[in-house]
Amino acid sequence: MRHLMSPLDFSVDELDRLLDLADDIERNPQKYAHACAGKKLATCFYEPSTRTRLSFEAAMLNLGGSVLGFSSADSSSAAKGESVSDTIRVISCYADICAMRHPKEGAPLVASQKSLIPVINAGDGGHQHPTQTLTDLLTIRSLKGHLGDLTIGLCGDLKFGRTVHSLINALIRYPGIRFVLISPEELRIPSYIREDVLTANNVPFTEAERLEDVMPELDILYMTRVQKERFFNEEDYVRLKDFYVLTRSKMELAKRDMLVLHPLPRVNEISVEVDDDPRAAYFRQAQYGVYVRMALILTLLEIEVQGK
Amino acid sequence: MLNISGIHEGFVLDHIQAGMSMRIYHDLKLDQLDCTVAIIKNARSSKMGKKDIIKVECPVESLDLDILGFIDHNITVNVIKDDKIVSKMELHLPKQVKNVISCKNPRCITSIEQELDQIFLLTDEKREIYRCKYCEEKYRRHAKR
Repeated sequence: MRHLMSPLDFSVDELDRLLDLADDIERNPQKYAHACAGKKLATCFYEPSTRTRLSFEAAMLNLGGSVLGFSSADSSSAAKGESVSDTIRVISCYADICAMRHPKEGAPLVASQKSLIPVINAGDGGHQHPTQTLTDLLTIRSLKGHLGDLTIGLCGDLKFGRTVHSLINALIRYPGIRFVLISPEELRIPSYIREDVLTANNVPFTEAERLEDVMPELDILYMTRVQKERFFNEEDYVRLKDFYVLTRSKMELAKRDMLVLHPLPRVNEISVEVDDDPRAAYFRQAQYGVYVRMALILTLLEIEVQGK
Repeated sequence: MLNISGIHEGFVLDHIQAGMSMRIYHDLKLDQLDCTVAIIKNARSSKMGKKDIIKVECPVESLDLDILGFIDHNITVNVIKDDKIVSKMELHLPKQVKNVISCKNPRCITSIEQELDQIFLLTDEKREIYRCKYCEEKYRRHAKR
């Protein structure tokens, strides 16, 4: 039995197979419509996350399965003081697979150690959010046709943004990747990514503060939100939250086939006027998130769907 | 010069970094052993300037070499039998340490989950970096606890 805790749990080959499956699901949704009939997904969300939870639930429903679960710690046995280990033992009796989000880092790993069913980490604090990374990879591969030989601009909060850190770790396994790290001084990429990941693996990267300066060289622009909850000081948040706003005029500087991605929710960092630009791929990204979660559920449940 | 008598059977931990002997005493749970334990602090050392030494009169099997390797793999472990040094044991950085150090990350699941072992994994042997198994928070071997 396998679990998914980190995007690096899958080898590049395994990841390719997973993304191939997601591709096939996108092309032939009907083929998979009953693949999980009789199976149940438990969504154990100890903190609210509408998007991720609904994406998991949509994925399971698309596969013909059912869902059960809770969407906040208050409405779960955690409010009575039950441990994660005990909760997952019980959930194992009710469901066939579990997607768990928890504010404490490592909680899904603790669950996986006691679980009788596959556990998917649906986000553990500021630590990992592997299905977001899988979503990003599928989006890039589907819309660009490949995952290597790309110049990827990561823009915004590169210090606290776990999606950015996970994406870097996942993409350096592909050849020809180059990063442009765009952030204000205060939100620069941490040294454990810059030195231990990028420099240690000889991955080329440059750092910039002005988005306009680097726009023309990018194949992908990955925007992130400056998250209020990461700041101890309200003043710093207010000063930095609107540091980058992607507008139509900035998009004019970009390549014609550049893609704009964003893990969502978007606040101010992408102007609504950019939504109509064909290069804006962030809503399609959410759709790919459902396909990749469907592929993940099938993979972890070891369900193979034959035929065309 | 202070003299501590030799031991008949047991082990001598030599070349302990000065000041570290009490930590080792506790981490090896030597306080729970019903045998003679001598702790020598700040002994003169030509190699180290000052060093600590611990002498324990009990079979060497009672020693957890992994914990010792984690604390300081440069410590010399002399095994004594019939009043003589019969062997020297080499210490290595253990691949994992369990319930020796605790994760300091307040966002880590270890801060709330009942009876969860505190496990740190060796993630970079060259730089002697251990990380919490659950949240991957870094713990430097020589950091003060």
